Amino acid sequence: MLEIQDLTLERGGKAIFQKINLTIEDGEIYSILGPNGAGKSSLAYTLMGCSGYKLNGGKIFFDGKDITDLPIWQRAKMGITLAWQEPARFEGLLVEDYIQLGMKEKNKEEVKEALQGVLLAPDLYLKRKVDKTLSGGERKRIELAAIFTMRPRLAILDEPDSGVDILALNNVMKFVCSLRDRGATVILITHSAEAAKIAGRAALIGEGYLIKQGAAQEVVEYFEKRCLSCPKFA
Amino acid sequence: MKEDYQMMVKTYEEAGGKPDVFKDSSFAHLVVNKNKVLGSHLVDGLRLDAKETDNGVDIDLTLEKGVRIDNPVHLCFGVLPEEGRQEIKLKALIEKGSEISILAHCVFPNAVKVQHIMDGEIVLEDNAVFRYDEVHYHGLTGGIEVIPRIKIEVGKEARLTMNFFLLKGRVGELDADYLAEVEENGVVEMMVKAYGYGEDKIRIRERVKLLGKGARGLLKSRIAVREKADSEVVSELEASAPNARGHVDCIEIVQNEAKARAVPLVSVSHEKAQVTHEAAIGSVNQKELETLMARGLKQEEAIDTIIGGMLK
Repeated sequence: MLEIQDLTLERGGKAIFQKINLTIEDGEIYSILGPNGAGKSSLAYTLMGCSGYKLNGGKIFFDGKDITDLPIWQRAKMGITLAWQEPARFEGLLVEDYIQLGMKEKNKEEVKEALQGVLLAPDLYLKRKVDKTLSGGERKRIELAAIFTMRPRLAILDEPDSGVDILALNNVMKFVCSLRDRGATVILITHSAEAAKIAGRAALIGEGYLIKQGAAQEVVEYFEKRCLSCPKFA
Repeated sequence: MKEDYQMMVKTYEEAGGKPDVFKDSSFAHLVVNKNKVLGSHLVDGLRLDAKETDNGVDIDLTLEKGVRIDNPVHLCFGVLPEEGRQEIKLKALIEKGSEISILAHCVFPNAVKVQHIMDGEIVLEDNAVFRYDEVHYHGLTGGIEVIPRIKIEVGKEARLTMNFFLLKGRVGELDADYLAEVEENGVVEMMVKAYGYGEDKIRIRERVKLLGKGARGLLKSRIAVREKADSEVVSELEASAPNARGHVDCIEIVQNEAKARAVPLVSVSHEKAQVTHEAAIGSVNQKELETLMARGLKQEEAIDTIIGGMLK
């Protein structure tokens, strides 16, 4: 489904990641694991086509089509979307309207279902605004609900597990699985070894380099032994 | 005259008003085209005297002590012809412990050379509650000047909420100046929302003096300008009494060649008073934009959604 060839990105004269090669298969959950500052989020923004993340080298193929130079909205129209680690806030925009923005056909029942899926009571949240009155955790869960209703083909989730309490964490992970179960391929960006384990396969990135890829369990073990114990990453 | 009334009501409806209120005796209303009072209706406890002058109407409005009016009072001011000048002098006295809400629509659908001047003095006695929403509906030529000058006194424990919306049609030139003085535990919340384009000019000066102990003030403005429009918002908040609290919150979004300035002037002259301010001016926030584009919205659609939300 997604093929990344020799991706290289520099920003402000500094290498963010270099010669990353990955292949993500249709319908899988794929974890991208690494310590803070490894270049994981930059990779997510690059895959989405965000401004300021124009590649210095390499290609991105989606379903065999070169999307390297496509703008964000065209990638979104193809079914790719991104949940930011710290989602943006929108003054005046209601939760119900925000969630429906990406839906092909507006459906309030599906919005309610998605909110329930992230443990937010629809009656309490539909008419709330997606602004600074929401806590960071609430905002993140609304973002996941919006991704869910969009029915993406490829969902890139940038640290959905960060900033949510331990009770919500299990729910977030269940939600990632339910996204996969309704047909999405999921790229799960995380620095949590525990979260990364829900994937079938994983890649470890450190200091902008792809250090290891393979079965998630194997990559997570490597990360726990080599990276978490490394003073540089601790 | 009847035709003018019908036209005013039709325009009022286009501006978002509900014309049924003019037939409902439980709603007080006043309809003025230029300097002609075309219709009015009062409810118990509300005194309203509208005197026609050469260029407009002098209005004396009094809400009697302790009276609470449940339904909002609807005012409709406008100039239907392409040219004209309308001067509204408004004196409003909201007596002790009374409560009223006014929804004013100002409609200038055909304006090519129109001036609308509002000179207001509003007094809220102790414990009074007054909400004033003013919604403008302008034509597309930009040939209009709107010049509101309003002085407000807010008594002890009284509460004023004042909202001004100029979102439909061209702004033309808006030059607004509001001054409110707030006594002990009184509250003032003022909000201005405007969307300028073409060569529109928006000038807003809002001043709030928190004079009494525990007085509260919030000045909020949301402005969007595009093309060659120009906006300036000066928000002055002074706190000079113990436990007085104030906040200025200004967001201006700029597109194309438009220009925007925000000038928050905050001053405190009592050690137990506090005033804060936040202002954000610039183009549409990139992260907001890209979030919406990641849902499949094109850039223009995403910008419209963000500005639409802010001005909602």
